[in-house]
Amino acid sequence: MNCRSEVLEVSVEGRQVEEAMLAVLHTVLLHRSTGKFHYKKEGTYSIGTVGTQDVDCDFIDFTYVRVSSEELDRALRKVVGEFKDALRNSGGDGLGQMSLEFYQKKKSRWPFSDECIPWEVWTVKVHVVALATEQERQICREKVGEKLCEKIINIVEVMNRHEYLPKMPTQSEVDNVFDTGLRDVQPYLY
Amino acid sequence: METDLNSQDRKDLDKFIKFFALKTVQVIVQARLGEKICTRSSSSPTGSDWFNLAIKDIPEVTHEAKKALAGQLPAVGRSMCVEISLKTSEGDSMELEIWCLEMNEKCDKEIKVSYTVYNRLSLLLKSLLAITRVTPAYRLSRKQGHEYVILYRIYFGEVQLSGLGEGFQTVRVGTVGTPVGTITLSCAYRINLAFMSTRQFERTPPIMGIIIDHFVDRPYPSSSPMHPCNYRTAGEDTGVIYPSVEDSQEVCTTSFSTSPPSQCVFTVTKAHFQTPTPVVTDTLRVPMAGLAFSHQPAALGVGSADLAYPVVFAAGLNATHPHQLMVPGKEGGVPLAPNQPVHGTQADQERLATCTPSDRTHCAATPSSSEDTETVSNSSEGRASPHDVLETIFVRKVGAFVNKPINQVTLTSLDIPFAMFAPKNLELEDTDPMVNPPDSPETESPLQGSLHSDGSSGGSSGNTHDDFVMIDFKPAFSKDDILPMDLGTFYREFQNPPQLSSLSIDIGAQSMAEDLDSLPEKLAVHEKNVREFDAFVETLQ
Repeated sequence: MNCRSEVLEVSVEGRQVEEAMLAVLHTVLLHRSTGKFHYKKEGTYSIGTVGTQDVDCDFIDFTYVRVSSEELDRALRKVVGEFKDALRNSGGDGLGQMSLEFYQKKKSRWPFSDECIPWEVWTVKVHVVALATEQERQICREKVGEKLCEKIINIVEVMNRHEYLPKMPTQSEVDNVFDTGLRDVQPYLY
Repeated sequence: METDLNSQDRKDLDKFIKFFALKTVQVIVQARLGEKICTRSSSSPTGSDWFNLAIKDIPEVTHEAKKALAGQLPAVGRSMCVEISLKTSEGDSMELEIWCLEMNEKCDKEIKVSYTVYNRLSLLLKSLLAITRVTPAYRLSRKQGHEYVILYRIYFGEVQLSGLGEGFQTVRVGTVGTPVGTITLSCAYRINLAFMSTRQFERTPPIMGIIIDHFVDRPYPSSSPMHPCNYRTAGEDTGVIYPSVEDSQEVCTTSFSTSPPSQCVFTVTKAHFQTPTPVVTDTLRVPMAGLAFSHQPAALGVGSADLAYPVVFAAGLNATHPHQLMVPGKEGGVPLAPNQPVHGTQADQERLATCTPSDRTHCAATPSSSEDTETVSNSSEGRASPHDVLETIFVRKVGAFVNKPINQVTLTSLDIPFAMFAPKNLELEDTDPMVNPPDSPETESPLQGSLHSDGSSGGSSGNTHDDFVMIDFKPAFSKDDILPMDLGTFYREFQNPPQLSSLSIDIGAQSMAEDLDSLPEKLAVHEKNVREFDAFVETLQ
């Protein structure tokens, strides 16, 4: 099976890197998370409820929707923070990219270890620009806000294609498909 | 495996489509209420959340949607449309968006209703959540309040896009194929908002004072098809009792099977559906406690217009508590309480709070050297109050008589022009910072007698002016939307910069001799600038 790959590019100012990344990643994860599964007898399961939350950006004229899960938010913020630091420390041209990969675990026979097979990869390429005046920054706020709107529309378009999604797993296999470590929601393994 | 839809599947599908339509309307209207939405995830299925998404149901909106649908479902040629429009306080209105839920004939017979269709509808709702924040009308709706409100209208039938003006754009939220047709959700939105933007900026805000004008009456009669995107608590309903919507209390208890679809268990039961009553959280009202302000819980779009000013008023008064203002504003996890002030005011508070520290540093820097006096005076943009003018004259004239024996206190304060402005205390603890009388005029009053009568009258009336409480929270030429309190706050901050250590009288370690020695230089500098000072004073008079 082929892995779907999507690339999104954004040009932002230094302060906006984190928020832009979080906006994109959270939007993707919103679509790729379900409620917690509760398996019952007879091979049936029911699904918990996913709450949502609006998040205003401080440095961009933009609001995005994320799943109401503090754990997930913390995990993403940590990773994005590391990415931002790496980007800053690398100096150079201010180009960087981060990928969010959804994968499935496939149990292999001994002696081979489990395989991780990606089925969807989202790559966000970031280009950091430096701005001198407050006016430029203000314009940048609005422009980046508009660009992010376009990106969200792109993401939704891709999601809407209803292409391959892993089959719903049985109870024993749920960890191969979903990240069951979170308390309140259950995103696909990423 | 059956290819024709059996009756159970058909019933389920109809139910899914019906509730999907209702939830779609809820999402759209809630996204245009003008505030952030926050719902909780729940790991255990409550059985009352359709499509496994926590989307609250506003009863009024459900009622309107059901009224529009009138028992029908979206079908070919019969679309459900939600029209979002903007209405100014002057009565002009403009359509902003039309959200359409359509059905076409393209069927997908193979699809599993109770599983795939359900999940895809859930995904589509998530996409809708994301897209509703992305269209231009979202930002407009977040700023609604005093000058305009956002209205919604639901209708069923043919889509009417003519009101959107030329060049409107369309975004497709998504499609879901079903055995009876393909459901499409899209939005057509207006691009040409030029009419609105010029009108907005034409209005000049009042220069002095705040007009707290409570909109007691809803300007829109309930019989009109247009509805403001606001929310009344159950208690606020003006006698309109919505039929206890039994059918909306149907609960979707869905179990999914991991085995082949033939064993899929799906039950729909009628159960009591708790509409969560909104909790009025007062997080944002804390800074307003000092105001005599009556709570207007009802109208978010209309009544809360008056919240815009008072909140800012309070924010200005409580500039000492930026943290207090910042915390509620920045808190993303506050449960949905539609009775909070609109985002515009929240944004103002946040901006106000963030402006304050930066203004402080800016102001603290300005009096640092006497050469900056010009900067300081210029930065007040020639709008210094008479208070300032007299102070300026006073200081200058005192400086000219410095070879008289005067006490150290006076000397120290004479060193720096505008020393009057240096307050005794650093923090803006007082509610009226402008009333804070600087030390210097009082100590120098014995000196006044020896000066010109101008100076003395200047000094005494300067003291009188200290007693004035100047409440000017709407400086002229400030625009509503962009940092409305910036100029005023900056002005106040600049009036009362933190005291420099060099101004502190405690530095008695400095010998008088040193002070005297440095005086001639300073005098020379000031005298050089006499002309400029004079010219500046002329402009102020």
